[in-house]
Amino acid sequence: MTPRQAFWRGYLDCAPFTLIVVPYSMLFGVVARDAGLDILQTMSMSVLVIAGASQFTAVALLQDQAPVFIALLASLAVNLRMAMYSAALVPHVGHARLGVRALMAYLMVDQAFAVAVRTYEDRPDMSPPIKVAYYFGCMALICPFWYGCTLLGAVVGQAIPASFSLDFAVPVCFIALTAPLLRSGPHIFAALVAGTAALAFAWVPWSLGLIIAALLGILAGGQAELFLARRAERSGA
Amino acid sequence: MIDATTFWTLTVLLGIGTFLIRFSFLGLLGGRTLPDRVLLYLRYVGVAVFPALFMPLVVWPEATGGTPDPIRLIAALAAFLAGLRFGVVWAIIAGMGTLYLMQFLLS
Repeated sequence: MTPRQAFWRGYLDCAPFTLIVVPYSMLFGVVARDAGLDILQTMSMSVLVIAGASQFTAVALLQDQAPVFIALLASLAVNLRMAMYSAALVPHVGHARLGVRALMAYLMVDQAFAVAVRTYEDRPDMSPPIKVAYYFGCMALICPFWYGCTLLGAVVGQAIPASFSLDFAVPVCFIALTAPLLRSGPHIFAALVAGTAALAFAWVPWSLGLIIAALLGILAGGQAELFLARRAERSGA
Repeated sequence: MIDATTFWTLTVLLGIGTFLIRFSFLGLLGGRTLPDRVLLYLRYVGVAVFPALFMPLVVWPEATGGTPDPIRLIAALAAFLAGLRFGVVWAIIAGMGTLYLMQFLLS
């Protein structure tokens, strides 16, 4: 595979998620305009932040007249999960130049992360430059749609009736991301532990329940893998 | 009305903060080789974060004021099964399709 082919492979592999990104980013445009932001403000937020959930949080708190400091911390907490994505990408694309890594960091969204890491693990023969090209391919599709449809939502405005239940596109997106990752017993165990813990810790303020649940899931998955490896070793010996 | 100064302060700081979170490990560790034990756990990041994100949204949807909604639970299950069996596109279509169909039939 050449880097060019890898780029287009990533582009196509991420294509299904435009089904989610289009309505979700339009919804942000509409909600931001409803909250009283102008088009420049709405677009600036989408371009500077590119992280839907935290943008919705920020706009909602601004509307409630929350102090800037509080709104900032609450919105950042929503994005804390990306530190985990950042760590998980190190073994695959950590070799890239600092500038390239900075650009990869700016473009790091859930869908691109999930699709890229899944492909890296399925195809261990991918060379480091191929992995980088693939990553940018994933984002080259999502990112313009994110900007463009935020603008569309902001301009068209108020045209999405609540009966479309677009709120549900978000969990559906994450379900679609999870299903192909359940490739072994430890993966299923990690997902079960994380999902259950997210419900148990939903009361924790600052969206930190999510972080606790994710860490528990990661621990559970890793421990299960170690346990199975040790058992296989014992029965083999 | 949202005050312009408040808005720009928050947006610029949120942009910088979010970038620093994303850059954190990738930026600082760079090409360093990580210990096997760390690599083992990192393989479970996605499969742990995503269920933790969607479970509360499915069980306590904001659209119903946080009360569990049978239609959404069934639609989520449909999305999950379609995702396991047929992949991403069908998960999305099955999830939203089931939701719309049931809302239409039951309204």
